[in-house]
Amino acid sequence: MSERLLTVNDLNVRYGKVEALYGASLSVDRGTIVSVIGPNGAGKSTLLNAVMGVLPSRGIIEFCGNNMGNVSIERRVAQGLCLVPETRELFSQMSVEDNLELGAFTRYRRGDKGIRATLDSVFKLFPRLEQRRSQMAGSLSGGERQMLALGRALMCQPTLLMLDEPSLGLAPLIVKEILNNISSLRSTGVSILLIEQNARAALQISDYGYVLENGEIALEGPSRELANNPRVIESYLGIGGVEAKIEC
Amino acid sequence: MDFQTLLILAQDAVTNSAIYALLALSLILVFGVTRVIFVAQGEFVSYGALTLASLQMGVMPGTVWLLLMLAGIAAVMETFRLLTSGAGQELPRSLATVLVPPLVIAGLVKVCTPLHLPLGWQVLLTMLIVMPMGPLLYRVAFRPLADATVLVLLIAAVAVHFVLVGLGLLFFGAEGVRTPPFSDAQFQFGFLSVSGQSLWVYVASSVFIALLAWFFNKTLYGKALRAVAFNRNGARLVGISPHLAGTFSFALASAIGCLSGVLIGPVTTLYYDSGFLIGLKGFVGAIVGGMASYPLAAFGALIVGFSESFSSFWLSGYKDVVVFTMIIPVLLWRSLSTVHYEEEE
Ligand SMILES: Nc1ncnc2c1ncn2[C@@H]1O[C@H](COP(=O)(O)OP(=O)(O)O)[C@@H](O)[C@H]1O
Ligand SMILES: [Mg+2]
Repeated sequence: MSERLLTVNDLNVRYGKVEALYGASLSVDRGTIVSVIGPNGAGKSTLLNAVMGVLPSRGIIEFCGNNMGNVSIERRVAQGLCLVPETRELFSQMSVEDNLELGAFTRYRRGDKGIRATLDSVFKLFPRLEQRRSQMAGSLSGGERQMLALGRALMCQPTLLMLDEPSLGLAPLIVKEILNNISSLRSTGVSILLIEQNARAALQISDYGYVLENGEIALEGPSRELANNPRVIESYLGIGGVEAKIEC
Repeated sequence: MDFQTLLILAQDAVTNSAIYALLALSLILVFGVTRVIFVAQGEFVSYGALTLASLQMGVMPGTVWLLLMLAGIAAVMETFRLLTSGAGQELPRSLATVLVPPLVIAGLVKVCTPLHLPLGWQVLLTMLIVMPMGPLLYRVAFRPLADATVLVLLIAAVAVHFVLVGLGLLFFGAEGVRTPPFSDAQFQFGFLSVSGQSLWVYVASSVFIALLAWFFNKTLYGKALRAVAFNRNGARLVGISPHLAGTFSFALASAIGCLSGVLIGPVTTLYYDSGFLIGLKGFVGAIVGGMASYPLAAFGALIVGFSESFSSFWLSGYKDVVVFTMIIPVLLWRSLSTVHYEEEE
Protein backbone atom coordinates (compact mmCIF):
# COMPACT_ATOMS: atom_id res chain seq x y z
CA MET A 1 0.00 0.00 0.00
CA SER A 2 1.56 3.24 -1.05
CA GLU A 3 1.66 6.43 0.93
CA ARG A 4 -1.09 9.07 0.64
CA LEU A 5 0.30 12.37 -0.53
CA LEU A 6 -2.75 14.51 -1.09
CA THR A 7 -6.21 14.04 0.31
CA VAL A 8 -9.02 16.33 -0.72
CA ASN A 9 -12.26 15.75 1.09
CA ASP A 10 -15.64 17.34 0.43
CA LEU A 11 -14.18 20.46 -1.18
CA ASN A 12 -16.53 23.34 -2.02
CA VAL A 13 -15.56 26.44 -3.95
CA ARG A 14 -17.79 29.28 -4.98
CA TYR A 15 -17.30 32.39 -7.09
CA GLY A 16 -19.62 34.85 -5.38
CA LYS A 17 -22.97 33.10 -5.52
CA VAL A 18 -21.96 30.62 -8.18
CA GLU A 19 -20.94 27.26 -6.82
CA ALA A 20 -18.16 25.90 -9.01
CA LEU A 21 -17.18 22.82 -7.05
CA TYR A 22 -19.25 20.84 -4.58
CA GLY A 23 -18.21 18.01 -2.41
CA ALA A 24 -15.23 17.04 -4.51
CA SER A 25 -13.03 14.37 -2.98
CA LEU A 26 -9.90 12.89 -4.43
CA SER A 27 -6.51 11.60 -3.41
CA VAL A 28 -3.04 11.19 -4.87
CA ASP A 29 -0.58 8.52 -3.72
CA ARG A 30 3.15 9.09 -3.69
CA GLY A 31 4.85 8.26 -6.97
CA THR A 32 1.68 8.12 -9.06
CA ILE A 33 0.18 10.19 -11.84
CA VAL A 34 -3.47 11.00 -11.32
CA SER A 35 -5.52 12.65 -14.02
CA VAL A 36 -8.73 14.64 -13.83
CA ILE A 37 -10.69 14.84 -17.05
CA GLY A 38 -13.93 16.58 -17.81
CA PRO A 39 -15.60 19.03 -20.15
CA ASN A 40 -14.88 22.76 -20.31
CA GLY A 41 -16.24 24.60 -17.30
CA ALA A 42 -16.52 21.47 -15.16
CA GLY A 43 -14.42 23.05 -12.42
CA LYS A 44 -11.06 21.40 -13.09
CA SER A 45 -9.00 24.58 -12.85
CA THR A 46 -11.04 25.64 -9.86
CA LEU A 47 -10.07 22.40 -8.14
CA LEU A 48 -6.34 22.88 -8.66
CA ASN A 49 -6.44 26.54 -7.68
CA ALA A 50 -8.25 25.66 -4.47
CA VAL A 51 -5.72 22.96 -3.61
CA MET A 52 -2.93 25.46 -4.20
CA GLY A 53 -4.62 28.05 -1.99
CA VAL A 54 -5.09 30.55 -4.82
CA LEU A 55 -8.87 30.29 -4.29
CA PRO A 56 -10.52 30.12 -0.88
CA SER A 57 -12.42 26.89 -0.30
CA ARG A 58 -14.40 24.95 2.28
CA GLY A 59 -13.47 21.37 2.99
CA ILE A 60 -10.37 19.43 3.87
CA ILE A 61 -7.08 19.63 1.99
CA GLU A 62 -4.34 17.50 3.47
CA PHE A 63 -0.88 17.43 1.98
CA CYS A 64 1.83 15.10 3.36
CA GLY A 65 -0.37 14.62 6.41
CA ASN A 66 -0.64 18.35 7.16
CA ASN A 67 -3.86 20.31 6.99
CA MET A 68 -3.41 23.11 4.46
CA GLY A 69 -6.40 25.11 5.73
CA ASN A 70 -4.61 28.27 6.87
CA VAL A 71 -1.40 27.82 4.97
CA SER A 72 -0.35 30.53 2.49
CA ILE A 73 0.51 29.74 -1.12
CA GLU A 74 4.19 30.41 -0.44
CA ARG A 75 4.28 27.93 2.42
CA ARG A 76 2.58 25.30 0.29
CA VAL A 77 5.27 25.81 -2.32
CA ALA A 78 7.95 25.48 0.33
CA GLN A 79 6.34 22.21 1.46
CA GLY A 80 6.59 20.77 -2.04
CA LEU A 81 3.25 21.56 -3.62
CA CYS A 82 3.58 23.20 -6.98
CA LEU A 83 1.06 24.37 -9.57
CA VAL A 84 1.47 25.15 -13.25
CA PRO A 85 -1.72 27.13 -13.84
CA GLU A 86 -3.65 27.32 -17.07
CA THR A 87 -2.37 30.89 -17.51
CA ARG A 88 1.26 29.75 -16.93
CA GLU A 89 2.11 33.00 -15.09
CA LEU A 90 5.63 33.22 -16.47
CA PHE A 91 7.76 36.32 -15.92
CA SER A 92 7.63 37.37 -19.55
CA GLN A 93 10.00 40.34 -19.21
CA MET A 94 12.68 38.14 -17.69
CA SER A 95 14.99 35.62 -19.32
CA VAL A 96 14.33 31.90 -19.51
CA GLU A 97 17.17 31.27 -17.09
CA ASP A 98 15.90 33.85 -14.59
CA ASN A 99 12.46 32.26 -14.73
CA LEU A 100 13.97 28.89 -13.96
CA GLU A 101 16.15 30.22 -11.16
CA LEU A 102 13.15 31.90 -9.58
CA GLY A 103 11.39 28.54 -9.64
CA ALA A 104 13.94 27.44 -7.05
CA PHE A 105 13.34 30.48 -4.83
CA THR A 106 12.16 28.57 -1.77
CA ARG A 107 15.05 26.12 -2.08
CA TYR A 108 17.48 29.03 -2.34
CA ARG A 109 16.06 30.51 0.86
CA ARG A 110 16.58 27.18 2.60
CA GLY A 111 20.19 27.20 1.44
CA ASP A 112 19.74 24.17 -0.83
CA LYS A 113 22.98 23.45 -2.70
CA GLY A 114 21.48 21.29 -5.43
CA ILE A 115 19.87 24.03 -7.52
CA ARG A 116 22.56 24.00 -10.25
CA ALA A 117 22.11 20.28 -10.67
CA THR A 118 18.35 20.65 -11.00
CA LEU A 119 18.86 23.37 -13.60
CA ASP A 120 21.07 21.00 -15.59
CA SER A 121 18.49 18.25 -15.39
CA VAL A 122 15.74 20.62 -16.55
CA PHE A 123 17.95 21.64 -19.49
CA LYS A 124 18.50 17.97 -20.23
CA LEU A 125 14.76 17.36 -20.25
CA PHE A 126 14.10 20.45 -22.38
CA PRO A 127 17.20 21.12 -24.51
CA ARG A 128 15.29 23.86 -26.30
CA LEU A 129 15.19 25.89 -23.08
CA GLU A 130 18.96 25.71 -22.83
CA GLN A 131 19.32 27.08 -26.36
CA ARG A 132 17.03 29.95 -25.41
CA ARG A 133 18.32 30.50 -21.90
CA SER A 134 18.96 34.22 -22.28
CA GLN A 135 15.86 34.94 -24.37
CA MET A 136 12.94 36.78 -22.75
CA ALA A 137 10.20 34.37 -21.68
CA GLY A 138 7.62 36.54 -23.40
CA SER A 139 9.19 35.92 -26.79
CA LEU A 140 8.94 32.12 -26.62
CA SER A 141 6.57 30.06 -28.73
CA GLY A 142 3.56 28.37 -27.11
CA GLY A 143 5.27 25.01 -26.75
CA GLU A 144 8.43 26.56 -25.34
CA ARG A 145 6.41 28.54 -22.84
CA GLN A 146 4.79 25.36 -21.68
CA MET A 147 8.20 23.74 -21.32
CA LEU A 148 9.40 26.74 -19.37
CA ALA A 149 6.36 26.63 -17.09
CA LEU A 150 7.00 22.94 -16.46
CA GLY A 151 10.71 23.52 -16.00
CA ARG A 152 10.14 26.36 -13.57
CA ALA A 153 7.88 24.14 -11.49
CA LEU A 154 10.44 21.32 -11.53
CA MET A 155 13.09 23.73 -10.25
CA CYS A 156 11.37 23.76 -6.86
CA GLN A 157 11.65 19.96 -6.71
CA PRO A 158 8.00 19.49 -5.88
CA THR A 159 6.65 16.43 -4.15
CA LEU A 160 3.37 16.93 -5.95
CA LEU A 161 3.23 18.72 -9.26
CA MET A 162 -0.18 19.94 -10.39
CA LEU A 163 -0.52 20.63 -14.11
CA ASP A 164 -3.48 22.48 -15.54
CA GLU A 165 -3.97 21.50 -19.19
CA PRO A 166 -0.31 21.38 -20.18
CA SER A 167 -1.26 20.68 -23.79
CA LEU A 168 -3.66 23.59 -24.12
CA GLY A 169 -3.31 25.43 -27.43
CA LEU A 170 -0.35 23.40 -28.66
CA ALA A 171 0.12 21.73 -32.01
CA PRO A 172 -0.45 17.93 -31.92
CA LEU A 173 3.21 17.14 -32.39
CA ILE A 174 4.21 19.30 -29.47
CA VAL A 175 1.40 17.89 -27.34
CA LYS A 176 2.95 14.49 -27.81
CA GLU A 177 6.37 15.77 -26.81
CA ILE A 178 5.05 17.50 -23.69
CA LEU A 179 3.02 14.49 -22.58
CA ASN A 180 6.02 12.25 -23.10
CA ASN A 181 8.04 14.63 -20.95
CA ILE A 182 5.41 14.45 -18.25
CA SER A 183 5.26 10.70 -18.21
CA SER A 184 9.04 10.54 -18.09
CA LEU A 185 8.95 12.63 -14.90
CA ARG A 186 7.59 9.57 -13.13
CA SER A 187 11.11 8.18 -12.91
CA THR A 188 12.28 11.25 -10.95
CA GLY A 189 9.88 10.34 -8.15
CA VAL A 190 7.59 13.34 -8.45
CA SER A 191 3.85 12.68 -8.17
CA ILE A 192 1.57 14.45 -10.61
CA LEU A 193 -2.00 15.64 -10.55
CA LEU A 194 -2.79 16.22 -14.19
CA ILE A 195 -5.72 18.01 -15.72
CA GLU A 196 -6.29 17.39 -19.40
CA GLN A 197 -8.91 18.04 -22.03
CA ASN A 198 -7.13 15.46 -24.02
CA ALA A 199 -8.69 12.55 -22.13
CA ARG A 200 -7.19 9.70 -24.12
CA ALA A 201 -3.64 10.87 -23.63
CA ALA A 202 -4.25 11.72 -19.99
CA LEU A 203 -5.60 8.25 -19.23
CA GLN A 204 -2.68 6.69 -21.07
CA ILE A 205 -0.02 8.31 -18.96
CA SER A 206 -1.83 8.25 -15.61
CA ASP A 207 -2.37 5.48 -13.04
CA TYR A 208 -5.68 6.66 -11.72
CA GLY A 209 -8.32 8.98 -13.09
CA TYR A 210 -11.28 11.09 -12.06
CA VAL A 211 -14.03 12.46 -14.25
CA LEU A 212 -15.28 15.86 -13.14
CA GLU A 213 -18.64 17.05 -14.44
CA ASN A 214 -20.54 20.15 -13.35
CA GLY A 215 -18.41 20.64 -10.26
CA GLU A 216 -18.79 17.08 -9.03
CA ILE A 217 -16.71 13.95 -9.32
CA ALA A 218 -18.86 11.77 -11.59
CA LEU A 219 -16.58 8.77 -12.01
CA GLU A 220 -13.26 7.48 -10.78
CA GLY A 221 -11.08 4.45 -11.18
CA PRO A 222 -7.77 3.11 -12.40
CA SER A 223 -7.01 4.83 -15.71
CA ARG A 224 -7.05 1.62 -17.71
CA GLU A 225 -10.54 0.78 -16.47
CA LEU A 226 -11.78 4.32 -17.07
CA ALA A 227 -10.46 4.15 -20.62
CA ASN A 228 -12.65 1.11 -21.20
CA ASN A 229 -15.72 2.55 -19.49
CA PRO A 230 -18.47 2.95 -22.10
CA ARG A 231 -19.59 6.26 -20.69
CA VAL A 232 -16.09 7.68 -20.77
CA ILE A 233 -15.52 6.35 -24.26
CA GLU A 234 -18.72 7.94 -25.49
CA SER A 235 -18.21 11.35 -23.86
CA TYR A 236 -14.45 11.80 -23.94
CA LEU A 237 -12.69 9.29 -26.13
CA GLY A 238 -15.04 9.14 -29.09
CA ILE A 239 -13.45 11.47 -31.58
CA GLY A 240 -10.19 13.33 -31.88
CA GLY A 241 -7.77 13.04 -29.05
CA VAL A 242 -4.09 12.67 -29.74
CA GLU A 243 -2.51 9.30 -29.22
CA ALA A 244 0.43 9.85 -26.91
CA LYS A 245 3.35 7.56 -27.60
CA ILE A 246 4.88 6.65 -24.31
CA GLU A 247 8.53 5.94 -24.60
CA CYS A 248 9.43 4.86 -21.13
CA MET B 1 25.06 83.60 -19.27
CA ASP B 2 28.79 82.99 -19.38
CA PHE B 3 30.48 79.65 -19.60
CA GLN B 4 31.48 79.70 -15.94
CA THR B 5 27.89 80.11 -14.77
CA LEU B 6 26.79 77.39 -17.13
CA LEU B 7 29.28 75.00 -15.59
CA ILE B 8 28.20 75.84 -12.08
CA LEU B 9 24.54 75.37 -12.92
CA ALA B 10 25.26 72.10 -14.68
CA GLN B 11 27.24 70.87 -11.74
CA ASP B 12 24.37 71.74 -9.43
CA ALA B 13 21.97 70.00 -11.77
CA VAL B 14 24.00 66.80 -11.79
CA THR B 15 24.26 66.77 -8.00
CA ASN B 16 20.53 67.11 -7.58
CA SER B 17 19.75 64.71 -10.42
CA ALA B 18 21.76 61.99 -8.73
CA ILE B 19 19.56 62.31 -5.66
CA TYR B 20 16.34 62.49 -7.67
CA ALA B 21 17.41 59.43 -9.63
CA LEU B 22 17.90 57.44 -6.43
CA LEU B 23 14.51 58.53 -5.13
CA ALA B 24 12.85 57.79 -8.47
CA LEU B 25 14.31 54.29 -8.51
CA SER B 26 12.98 53.49 -5.08
CA LEU B 27 9.55 54.96 -5.87
CA ILE B 28 9.32 52.73 -8.92
CA LEU B 29 10.45 49.71 -6.96
CA VAL B 30 7.97 50.28 -4.14
CA PHE B 31 5.16 50.92 -6.61
CA GLY B 32 5.96 47.84 -8.66
CA VAL B 33 6.17 45.53 -5.70
CA THR B 34 3.39 46.89 -3.47
CA ARG B 35 1.40 49.20 -5.80
CA VAL B 36 1.90 51.98 -3.22
CA ILE B 37 2.71 55.41 -4.66
CA PHE B 38 4.89 56.22 -1.71
CA VAL B 39 4.62 60.00 -1.45
CA ALA B 40 6.07 59.84 2.07
CA GLN B 41 9.42 58.69 0.65
CA GLY B 42 10.80 62.24 0.96
CA GLU B 43 10.27 62.26 4.71
CA PHE B 44 13.12 59.79 5.03
CA VAL B 45 15.32 62.42 3.36
CA SER B 46 14.52 65.02 6.03
CA TYR B 47 14.69 62.42 8.78
CA GLY B 48 18.12 61.35 7.57
CA ALA B 49 19.56 64.85 7.56
CA LEU B 50 17.86 65.95 10.80
CA THR B 51 18.76 62.76 12.65
CA LEU B 52 22.39 63.19 11.67
CA ALA B 53 22.26 66.85 12.79
CA SER B 54 20.87 65.82 16.21
CA LEU B 55 23.60 63.23 16.64
CA GLN B 56 26.17 65.89 15.77
CA MET B 57 24.82 68.12 18.51
CA GLY B 58 24.98 65.21 20.93
CA VAL B 59 21.20 65.11 21.30
CA MET B 60 19.20 61.89 21.20
CA PRO B 61 17.25 62.21 17.90
CA GLY B 62 13.46 62.06 18.21
CA THR B 63 13.34 59.58 15.36
CA VAL B 64 14.48 56.92 17.82
CA TRP B 65 11.17 57.32 19.66
CA LEU B 66 9.31 57.01 16.38
CA LEU B 67 11.24 53.85 15.64
CA LEU B 68 10.29 52.36 19.01
CA MET B 69 6.69 53.49 18.63
CA LEU B 70 6.40 51.87 15.20
CA ALA B 71 7.95 48.69 16.54
CA GLY B 72 5.42 48.68 19.38
CA ILE B 73 2.45 49.12 17.06
CA ALA B 74 3.80 46.50 14.67
CA ALA B 75 4.22 44.08 17.58
CA VAL B 76 0.62 44.58 18.70
CA MET B 77 -0.65 44.09 15.15
CA GLU B 78 1.46 41.00 14.65
CA THR B 79 0.23 39.52 17.95
CA PHE B 80 -3.36 40.16 16.96
CA ARG B 81 -2.90 38.69 13.50
CA LEU B 82 -1.17 35.53 14.68
CA LEU B 83 -3.59 34.88 17.52
CA THR B 84 -6.69 35.35 15.38
CA SER B 85 -5.33 33.13 12.62
CA GLY B 86 -4.48 30.40 15.10
CA ALA B 87 -0.74 30.53 14.52
CA GLY B 88 0.17 31.44 18.11
CA GLN B 89 3.25 29.23 18.09
CA GLU B 90 4.94 31.62 15.65
CA LEU B 91 4.43 34.55 18.01
CA PRO B 92 7.77 34.57 19.88
CA ARG B 93 9.82 34.50 16.70
CA SER B 94 7.68 37.08 15.00
CA LEU B 95 7.77 39.46 17.99
CA ALA B 96 11.52 39.04 18.25
CA THR B 97 12.05 40.09 14.62
CA VAL B 98 9.82 43.14 15.09
CA LEU B 99 11.03 44.29 18.52
CA VAL B 100 14.63 43.25 19.02
CA PRO B 101 16.39 45.20 16.24
CA PRO B 102 14.72 48.55 17.12
CA LEU B 103 15.46 48.05 20.83
CA VAL B 104 19.09 47.20 20.13
CA ILE B 105 19.42 50.20 17.84
CA ALA B 106 17.81 52.51 20.41
CA GLY B 107 20.21 51.23 23.06
CA LEU B 108 23.15 51.73 20.75
CA VAL B 109 22.09 55.30 19.98
CA LYS B 110 21.65 56.05 23.68
CA VAL B 111 25.18 54.88 24.37
CA CYS B 112 26.78 56.47 21.33
CA THR B 113 25.07 59.88 21.26
CA PRO B 114 27.16 61.52 24.01
CA LEU B 115 30.41 60.07 22.65
CA HIS B 116 30.66 62.52 19.70
CA LEU B 117 31.81 59.80 17.36
CA PRO B 118 33.47 60.64 14.04
CA LEU B 119 31.14 61.59 11.19
CA GLY B 120 31.29 58.20 9.47
CA TRP B 121 29.98 56.42 12.55
CA GLN B 122 27.25 58.99 13.03
CA VAL B 123 26.14 58.45 9.43
CA LEU B 124 26.01 54.72 10.14
CA LEU B 125 23.92 55.31 13.29
CA THR B 126 21.59 57.56 11.29
CA MET B 127 21.08 54.82 8.72
CA LEU B 128 20.44 52.32 11.52
CA ILE B 129 17.74 54.56 12.98
CA VAL B 130 15.96 55.53 9.77
CA MET B 131 16.24 52.40 7.65
CA PRO B 132 14.10 50.07 9.81
CA MET B 133 11.27 52.62 9.64
CA GLY B 134 10.51 51.62 6.05
CA PRO B 135 9.68 47.98 6.78
CA LEU B 136 7.87 48.94 10.00
CA LEU B 137 5.73 51.51 8.19
CA TYR B 138 4.94 48.86 5.60
CA ARG B 139 3.91 46.46 8.35
CA VAL B 140 1.77 49.03 10.15
CA ALA B 141 0.18 51.02 7.33
CA PHE B 142 0.34 49.11 4.06
CA ARG B 143 0.45 45.38 4.68
CA PRO B 144 -3.07 45.32 6.14
CA LEU B 145 -4.22 46.99 2.90
CA ALA B 146 -2.31 44.67 0.60
CA ASP B 147 -5.41 43.82 -1.45
CA ALA B 148 -6.76 47.37 -1.63
CA THR B 149 -6.87 49.46 -4.80
CA VAL B 150 -4.04 51.76 -5.85
CA LEU B 151 -6.20 54.72 -4.84
CA VAL B 152 -6.74 53.48 -1.29
CA LEU B 153 -3.04 52.75 -0.98
CA LEU B 154 -2.25 56.26 -2.23
CA ILE B 155 -4.59 57.76 0.37
CA ALA B 156 -2.82 55.73 3.05
CA ALA B 157 0.53 56.98 1.74
CA VAL B 158 -0.67 60.59 1.91
CA ALA B 159 -1.83 60.00 5.49
CA VAL B 160 1.55 58.54 6.38
CA HIS B 161 3.18 61.58 4.81
CA PHE B 162 1.21 64.00 7.01
CA VAL B 163 1.87 61.98 10.14
CA LEU B 164 5.60 61.82 9.43
CA VAL B 165 5.84 65.55 8.68
CA GLY B 166 3.93 66.36 11.88
CA LEU B 167 6.19 64.12 13.90
CA GLY B 168 9.20 65.69 12.19
CA LEU B 169 8.10 69.10 13.46
CA LEU B 170 7.58 67.64 16.93
CA PHE B 171 10.98 65.94 17.05
CA PHE B 172 13.18 68.51 15.38
CA GLY B 173 11.31 71.82 15.58
CA ALA B 174 10.96 74.27 12.73
CA GLU B 175 14.67 75.13 12.52
CA GLY B 176 16.53 74.17 9.38
CA VAL B 177 19.81 72.32 9.62
CA ARG B 178 22.93 72.01 7.57
CA THR B 179 25.18 69.14 8.49
CA PRO B 180 28.95 69.48 8.16
CA PRO B 181 30.36 68.39 4.78
CA PHE B 182 32.02 65.00 4.46
CA SER B 183 34.96 66.75 2.89
CA ASP B 184 36.09 70.39 2.69
CA ALA B 185 38.26 69.82 -0.33
CA GLN B 186 37.84 71.79 -3.56
CA PHE B 187 38.94 70.20 -6.78
CA GLN B 188 39.91 72.13 -9.87
CA PHE B 189 39.29 70.41 -13.22
CA GLY B 190 40.27 73.05 -15.80
CA PHE B 191 37.51 75.67 -15.60
CA LEU B 192 35.48 73.53 -13.33
CA SER B 193 35.69 73.80 -9.58
CA VAL B 194 34.03 70.89 -7.80
CA SER B 195 33.44 70.76 -4.07
CA GLY B 196 34.41 67.65 -2.19
CA GLN B 197 30.82 67.25 -1.04
CA SER B 198 29.45 67.30 -4.60
CA LEU B 199 31.98 64.66 -5.49
CA TRP B 200 30.74 62.62 -2.54
CA VAL B 201 27.21 62.90 -3.85
CA TYR B 202 28.21 61.75 -7.37
CA VAL B 203 30.35 58.91 -6.18
CA ALA B 204 28.02 57.66 -3.44
CA SER B 205 24.91 57.79 -5.62
CA SER B 206 26.69 56.21 -8.59
CA VAL B 207 27.99 53.43 -6.38
CA PHE B 208 24.55 52.93 -4.90
CA ILE B 209 22.89 52.83 -8.32
CA ALA B 210 25.50 50.35 -9.53
CA LEU B 211 24.87 48.25 -6.43
CA LEU B 212 21.14 48.33 -7.08
CA ALA B 213 21.67 47.31 -10.71
CA TRP B 214 23.80 44.42 -9.54
CA PHE B 215 21.25 43.47 -6.90
CA PHE B 216 18.30 43.46 -9.29
CA ASN B 217 20.04 41.72 -12.18
CA LYS B 218 22.41 39.31 -10.52
CA THR B 219 21.02 38.19 -7.17
CA LEU B 220 18.03 35.92 -6.73
CA TYR B 221 16.46 38.19 -4.11
CA GLY B 222 16.71 41.12 -6.51
CA LYS B 223 15.22 39.07 -9.32
CA ALA B 224 12.46 37.95 -6.97
CA LEU B 225 11.56 41.59 -6.26
CA ARG B 226 11.39 42.29 -9.98
CA ALA B 227 9.33 39.15 -10.48
CA VAL B 228 6.78 40.36 -7.93
CA ALA B 229 6.58 43.69 -9.75
CA PHE B 230 6.07 41.96 -13.12
CA ASN B 231 3.67 39.25 -12.09
CA ARG B 232 2.36 38.99 -8.56
CA ASN B 233 0.53 35.68 -9.08
CA GLY B 234 3.45 34.06 -10.80
CA ALA B 235 5.70 35.17 -7.96
CA ARG B 236 3.46 33.61 -5.33
CA LEU B 237 3.39 30.36 -7.27
CA VAL B 238 7.16 30.07 -7.05
CA GLY B 239 6.98 30.79 -3.34
CA ILE B 240 7.88 34.48 -3.18
CA SER B 241 5.82 36.04 -0.43
CA PRO B 242 4.42 39.45 -1.38
CA HIS B 243 4.83 40.56 2.24
CA LEU B 244 8.49 39.66 2.24
CA ALA B 245 8.93 41.52 -1.03
CA GLY B 246 7.01 44.53 0.34
CA THR B 247 9.19 44.59 3.44
CA PHE B 248 12.32 44.46 1.30
CA SER B 249 11.21 47.22 -1.03
CA PHE B 250 10.30 49.52 1.86
CA ALA B 251 13.67 48.83 3.46
CA LEU B 252 15.32 49.95 0.25
CA ALA B 253 13.07 53.02 0.13
CA SER B 254 14.01 54.14 3.63
CA ALA B 255 17.68 53.36 3.06
CA ILE B 256 17.73 55.36 -0.18
CA GLY B 257 15.79 58.24 1.36
CA CYS B 258 18.06 58.40 4.39
CA LEU B 259 21.21 58.17 2.29
CA SER B 260 19.94 61.01 0.08
CA GLY B 261 19.27 63.17 3.14
CA VAL B 262 22.69 62.49 4.56
CA LEU B 263 24.35 63.27 1.21
CA ILE B 264 22.59 66.56 0.54
CA GLY B 265 22.44 67.70 4.18
CA PRO B 266 25.73 69.60 3.78
CA VAL B 267 24.75 71.35 0.51
CA THR B 268 21.15 72.33 1.24
CA THR B 269 19.43 73.57 4.35
CA LEU B 270 16.83 70.96 5.23
CA TYR B 271 13.73 71.52 7.35
CA TYR B 272 11.35 68.97 8.83
CA ASP B 273 9.14 69.34 5.75
CA SER B 274 11.74 69.77 2.99
CA GLY B 275 11.71 66.11 2.12
CA PHE B 276 8.32 66.22 0.51
CA LEU B 277 9.33 68.53 -2.32
CA ILE B 278 12.53 66.59 -2.91
CA GLY B 279 10.58 63.33 -3.00
CA LEU B 280 8.09 64.85 -5.37
CA LYS B 281 10.86 65.76 -7.80
CA GLY B 282 12.06 62.18 -7.68
CA PHE B 283 8.46 61.29 -8.42
CA VAL B 284 8.49 63.44 -11.57
CA GLY B 285 11.54 61.48 -12.68
CA ALA B 286 9.71 58.23 -11.94
CA ILE B 287 6.72 59.38 -13.98
CA VAL B 288 8.97 60.07 -16.95
CA GLY B 289 9.97 56.44 -16.55
CA GLY B 290 6.31 55.44 -16.63
CA MET B 291 6.66 54.16 -13.04
CA ALA B 292 8.25 51.09 -14.58
CA SER B 293 11.53 51.75 -16.37
CA TYR B 294 14.60 52.39 -14.25
CA PRO B 295 16.83 53.83 -16.99
CA LEU B 296 14.06 56.15 -18.20
CA ALA B 297 13.48 57.28 -14.64
CA ALA B 298 17.15 58.10 -14.22
CA PHE B 299 16.92 60.07 -17.46
CA GLY B 300 13.80 61.80 -16.10
CA ALA B 301 15.70 62.69 -12.95
CA LEU B 302 18.39 64.33 -15.09
CA ILE B 303 15.75 66.40 -16.89
CA VAL B 304 14.28 67.44 -13.54
CA GLY B 305 17.68 68.35 -12.14
CA PHE B 306 18.67 70.41 -15.17
CA SER B 307 15.40 72.26 -15.56
CA GLU B 308 15.39 73.03 -11.86
CA SER B 309 18.91 74.32 -11.84
CA PHE B 310 18.59 76.43 -14.98
CA SER B 311 15.18 77.82 -14.12
CA SER B 312 16.52 78.84 -10.73
CA PHE B 313 18.96 81.03 -12.65
CA TRP B 314 16.44 82.64 -14.98
CA LEU B 315 13.19 82.44 -13.05
CA SER B 316 14.31 81.72 -9.53
CA GLY B 317 10.88 82.29 -7.98
CA TYR B 318 9.28 79.83 -10.34
CA LYS B 319 11.73 76.96 -10.34
CA ASP B 320 9.33 74.51 -8.70
CA VAL B 321 6.54 75.64 -10.98
CA VAL B 322 8.74 74.90 -13.98
CA VAL B 323 9.69 71.46 -12.69
CA PHE B 324 6.16 70.36 -11.88
CA THR B 325 4.65 71.83 -15.02
CA MET B 326 6.98 69.54 -16.91
CA ILE B 327 4.85 66.61 -15.84
CA ILE B 328 2.09 67.71 -18.18
CA PRO B 329 3.88 67.37 -21.53
CA VAL B 330 5.60 64.23 -20.29
CA LEU B 331 2.30 62.62 -19.36
CA LEU B 332 0.77 63.70 -22.66
CA TRP B 333 3.68 62.32 -24.62
CA ARG B 334 3.60 59.05 -22.65
CA SER B 335 -0.11 58.57 -22.97
CA LEU B 336 0.17 59.04 -26.73
CA SER B 337 3.29 56.97 -27.29
CA THR B 338 2.96 54.14 -24.79
CA VAL B 339 1.73 50.85 -26.12
CA HIS B 340 -0.56 49.32 -23.55
CA TYR B 341 0.58 45.76 -23.16
CA GLU B 342 -1.80 43.05 -22.14
CA GLU B 343 -1.21 41.64 -18.69
CA GLU B 344 0.63 38.30 -18.76
CA GLU B 345 -1.01 36.12 -21.46
N1 LIG C 1 -13.31 34.02 -11.83
C1 LIG C 1 -14.50 33.42 -11.99
N2 LIG C 1 -15.64 34.06 -11.64
C2 LIG C 1 -16.85 33.46 -11.79
N3 LIG C 1 -17.02 32.22 -12.26
C3 LIG C 1 -15.92 31.53 -12.63
C4 LIG C 1 -14.61 32.09 -12.51
N4 LIG C 1 -13.72 31.18 -12.94
C5 LIG C 1 -14.44 30.10 -13.31
N5 LIG C 1 -15.76 30.31 -13.12
C6 LIG C 1 -16.82 29.34 -13.38
O1 LIG C 1 -16.57 28.18 -12.63
C7 LIG C 1 -16.83 27.04 -13.42
C8 LIG C 1 -15.63 26.16 -13.47
O2 LIG C 1 -14.58 26.80 -14.16
P1 LIG C 1 -13.13 26.16 -14.38
O3 LIG C 1 -12.68 25.61 -13.10
O4 LIG C 1 -12.28 27.15 -15.04
O5 LIG C 1 -13.46 24.98 -15.37
P2 LIG C 1 -12.49 24.05 -16.24
O6 LIG C 1 -11.10 24.34 -15.84
O7 LIG C 1 -12.92 22.69 -15.93
O8 LIG C 1 -12.73 24.39 -17.67
C9 LIG C 1 -17.27 27.53 -14.78
O9 LIG C 1 -18.66 27.46 -14.83
C10 LIG C 1 -16.79 28.94 -14.84
O10 LIG C 1 -17.71 29.72 -15.59
MG1 LIG D 1 -9.54 25.06 -16.89
